[in-house]
Amino acid sequence: MKPILEVKNVVKQYGDYTALNSVSLSVPQGSIYGLLGPNGAGKTSLIRIINQITMPDSGEILLDGEKLAPHHVSHIGYMPEERGLYKSMKVGEQALYLAQLKGLTKKEAKEQLDYWFDKLEIKGWWNKKIQELSKGMAQKIQFVVTVLHRPKLLILDEPFSGFDPVNANLIKDEILELRDKGTTVIFSTHRMESVEDMCDHIALIHQSNKLIEGELQDVKRRYRTNTFEVGIAPENFQHLLADISTRYTTRQASFKTLDDELKLEVELPKGTPSRDLLRYLTDKGDVTYFMEKIPSVNDIFIQTVSQQK
Amino acid sequence: MSLSLIIKREFNAKVRNKSFIVMTFLSPLLFTAMALLVGYLASVNGDEVVKIAVHDQVGTLVKDFKNDKKTHYTDLSALPLALAKEKAAEGYEGLIYVPAVTDAKDLLHKVEYISNESPSMEFISNIEDVVNDKLTRFNLEKAGIDYKKIDEAKTDADIRLSKFSGEESLRWLNEIKIGIGFAFGYLIMMFIIIYGNMVMRSVIEEKTNRIIEIIISSVKPFQLMMGKIIGTSMAGLLQFLIWAVLGGILLFVAGNVFGLDVGATSAASPEATQAATTGMQAYLPEILNLPWGTMLLSFLIFFTGGFFLYSSIYASIGAAVDSETDSQQFLLPIILPLMLGVYVGFFTVINDPHGTVATVFSMIPLTSPIVMMMRLPFGVPLWEVALSMAILFATFFGVVWFASKIYRIGILMYGKKPTYKEIFKWLRY
Repeated sequence: MKPILEVKNVVKQYGDYTALNSVSLSVPQGSIYGLLGPNGAGKTSLIRIINQITMPDSGEILLDGEKLAPHHVSHIGYMPEERGLYKSMKVGEQALYLAQLKGLTKKEAKEQLDYWFDKLEIKGWWNKKIQELSKGMAQKIQFVVTVLHRPKLLILDEPFSGFDPVNANLIKDEILELRDKGTTVIFSTHRMESVEDMCDHIALIHQSNKLIEGELQDVKRRYRTNTFEVGIAPENFQHLLADISTRYTTRQASFKTLDDELKLEVELPKGTPSRDLLRYLTDKGDVTYFMEKIPSVNDIFIQTVSQQK
Repeated sequence: MSLSLIIKREFNAKVRNKSFIVMTFLSPLLFTAMALLVGYLASVNGDEVVKIAVHDQVGTLVKDFKNDKKTHYTDLSALPLALAKEKAAEGYEGLIYVPAVTDAKDLLHKVEYISNESPSMEFISNIEDVVNDKLTRFNLEKAGIDYKKIDEAKTDADIRLSKFSGEESLRWLNEIKIGIGFAFGYLIMMFIIIYGNMVMRSVIEEKTNRIIEIIISSVKPFQLMMGKIIGTSMAGLLQFLIWAVLGGILLFVAGNVFGLDVGATSAASPEATQAATTGMQAYLPEILNLPWGTMLLSFLIFFTGGFFLYSSIYASIGAAVDSETDSQQFLLPIILPLMLGVYVGFFTVINDPHGTVATVFSMIPLTSPIVMMMRLPFGVPLWEVALSMAILFATFFGVVWFASKIYRIGILMYGKKPTYKEIFKWLRY
């Protein structure tokens, strides 16, 4: 897939503090790309540079193969983590204004607005002021103004914070639908469950450096440890436990099964095929559970971040 | 394109604001009501007649105290002094006691005024005038000089003022000129303070609303700042225009309805009014003769330059702080040169419109819009005006460059009150 956004060796310094240390990323067209990292890692600095709010000290950014230029703002939709709208301005006027700033004509903006207001069933809000809406309602408007100008690239900073589960799902479906129509989405978040759920690519930024980047499955493959979760009803419980721990590294496992069998996480030496373990186990009793332990994004996140310290 | 959108939004946001509407339409009403009240109170004050009793034992002075509009004298000399005092204490403001003297000179020190409340300076000097007058005449008569002849011999010089070009000038013209200049200068100062503050508040609002990040992901911070300043100044101009029109209409209507001549003293005698009108007739061509074209054009230019210069500073302050309360420490350096402009301008220009201090202050960009406007009615060489404008606009571009740097960084800084040192550091980012 050809990248829609390429970040090349971007450096950003604030005084003596380096916010981004030669960061390079490549966001494939049509992906949902998770930009992960603890607070203060440099995610917001990077997003602001992509939005041309600030300039990088060095390095370059390509959007669709072109060097980032002012006219690109109309191709990017940005929802900052700190949500904000004019409190005393009417919803409709405000949305029109923001869409026009992004380069839409008034007529286009109006059409888009009608479409979205219809879709999210918020038609009656046109003349309401933001201060009259609840927080969740304002969030919906925030989402609408972000996507109103049909951006190619959507950058959402912590998109689900502030939404109740019903609305979060609604927005999630809208995001997936936009992706299916060809929009590329960048998620900046430290909430891993939404990443597992939606992202197909991830990048991890920590202490101003990019540590990991790639397709989610690839990253997981890289972080697999040849560990298997095993459930077995052995003939001799004590004997097996003693024997298996001399052969392999084992840990207590926590998956759920129906019976009270022996549950273990077994880590095989690198290069050892899983069927060796399975063969060994079938000799000892009835195997009820056998599955590779796939590292979660959360595991990878914590592992990488703690390794850096 | 974006700029005009921003200007439009800022203008609408200001104009549709409830307090703006209330201020726009209520202020002229309040102002007119105040003017009427002051006019009414002044006329009431003027109508009051003060009753004064006189006890003149031998009738030396009693005839010289003449009743006028404000004071009414009653001769109580027929009564014994003690009784006169008693009576005066009850029904009169005070009692003038003129003792019997052997030597007329003693009058100088022996006339007394007895009252409960301290008399006004004016009143006392009136009495002294009467005594002095009497004694002077007495002395002249004693020396055998006819005081009527002296009166005839007295002259009242009236120096004619004119320019080398031959035009005749009028005595009070300078006062009128400084009045006009002051009005322009003051207007600029007021406008900067009121609407500069409005620009600052609007920046703070966007910052605390956090909408700022969305806006500047679409437009350049510089565009946003300029749009804000222009939109606000347009709303301000509209408000001033409405004030001027409404105020004018209201004063006219009120003046006719209440029959009050607001501004002029209704107590003025017919002759004085007559004199004033002839005076006005003499001054009118002179006033019309002032360089109005230059003045109005300069006003527009200085007004715009001054407002843009100051409001870009206001905008950067708004960007640097998180709330209006934090802005106080940064506002003083703005108010100070404005005040300086108005006061230094007023006192130096009236003394010497082309003196060193007035000239220098009309060149310094932070005071020039005010001071130059005060100097203009006195006729300033064109090159000076042009130079002052050039300096103003050069400074404006410099300041806007600095201000937009502070603005650009400040709007994304949250949570702490910056110091001057930190703001200085931002300039180097």
